[in-house]
Amino acid sequence: MSKTAEVIVIGGGIIGCAVSYYLAKKGVSVLCLEGSDHIGNGGSSRNGGGVRQSGRDPRELPLVMYGIRHFWKTLSEELETDCEYHQDGNLRLGKTEKHREILTGLTERAVKVGLDVRMIDGDEVRRINPYLSEEVTCASWCPTDGHANPLTTTLGYYKTARKLGARFITGEHVVELKKIKGVLRKVVCASGNVYEGETVVLAAGYASRKIAETVGIDIPMQSAMLEALVTEAQPQMFDQMLGTAEADFYGHQTKHGSFVFGGSSGLEDFTKDNGTPVCYAKTAPCICRGIIKYFPNLADAKIVRTWAGWMDKCADGVPVLGKVGEVPGLVLACGFTGHGFGIAPAAAHQLAELITTGRTDVDLHDLRYDRFHAKI
Amino acid sequence: MNTVNDRSRELAPFVPSPDDDMLICRCEEITKGEIRKAVHEGMWTMTEIRRYLRTGMGLCQGQTCAKLVKAIVARELGVSPAELEPATSRAPMRPIEMRIFANEANEAKEGQDDE
Repeated sequence: MSKTAEVIVIGGGIIGCAVSYYLAKKGVSVLCLEGSDHIGNGGSSRNGGGVRQSGRDPRELPLVMYGIRHFWKTLSEELETDCEYHQDGNLRLGKTEKHREILTGLTERAVKVGLDVRMIDGDEVRRINPYLSEEVTCASWCPTDGHANPLTTTLGYYKTARKLGARFITGEHVVELKKIKGVLRKVVCASGNVYEGETVVLAAGYASRKIAETVGIDIPMQSAMLEALVTEAQPQMFDQMLGTAEADFYGHQTKHGSFVFGGSSGLEDFTKDNGTPVCYAKTAPCICRGIIKYFPNLADAKIVRTWAGWMDKCADGVPVLGKVGEVPGLVLACGFTGHGFGIAPAAAHQLAELITTGRTDVDLHDLRYDRFHAKI
Repeated sequence: MNTVNDRSRELAPFVPSPDDDMLICRCEEITKGEIRKAVHEGMWTMTEIRRYLRTGMGLCQGQTCAKLVKAIVARELGVSPAELEPATSRAPMRPIEMRIFANEANEAKEGQDDE
């Protein structure tokens, strides 16, 4: 088995699978290494499925807007997999004056970047989604936002990349990067296997930090645990993606009929790390209490499953994307901070462009690895 | 412990079988043929099969079909079922209404009347 390819991708999540797909489509030889036993085993399979522009930082907005214009609408056909993409808008809900301030601030920033998003009052919210309680007094409304199925989308990229000849190896845990004559060349694994490529894409979520450190690059990020739950199938109610000003829950109804909701207990910064993300007993009930206040008629819906996952939380909340000056050959794609799913097709496509042509359609300058500075 | 698994390894070719229409996962109505085909599309672990097809994601959470799915996947991969890790079991053990699940915070409060 050859251990050499033009591009070695570290991380078989949605970013790694999608970069592999876009590179393979251009005829580039790709080898993707996944540390766990399963493709898409990190945040890619554990997130709430939002394909959202509103509420995002203006530095990453152009990239996600590019993705929604160019990739999402045709992704199911392209990947021969039902990605269950819905573009029926995003409501970010508010109940108080403080919420209205937060939402208005987010909305004004996004409008400046050219996004179609506006503030609406409680009555208009209930015209869009009649199931919401009277507690909701305002929302930001972005009609071009939506949601998709992160499980099938991630595995769809994997399946199609594999079909195009990209090679995937799971259970291959990368421990070190090595330069040869000043240029990144080797990828060393815990198994003892060593892979070689002209370009190495590092898309391993939080694990990227330790790997990048082996060539002297430190990305300021931490892992944080988030939790989600899913109900049994319900009659079809609504198609929008939902979030809240307070970020106490988010979610949508899936094609299957179940509701997927993510949320938090407020204790996330202090959850245990025993090496695997295990649900915290207090979180799912807390998410349920949050949901019932917004949707009183979901109180009798049954929860069938809960799960947890790590996100790679970057110091300033947006990902680190692109080449690294000090390490020729290294391309970073990490630090997506819990909102990497919706932006993944665009991020992966643009990195594949960067690797093959040296250029990108969207300016990635604001997402550079060397943007971090001390406060004084 | 993770094991190195090259997903480009050649499997025996996919041959349609007369019982491919048989329902294996009753909750989500997934057939034997769909499971077999998914293996040939690259879904080589119980976790990937579940995420790709929804086997074991319905009301019974795989308590009925998990063993059957595992046997089908193992045969398609040409390995023993014992070599395949089961997909993770997730709380709660039985479906539970949000209204009830949400009561967790009340338990700690002494003297509070139940509904």
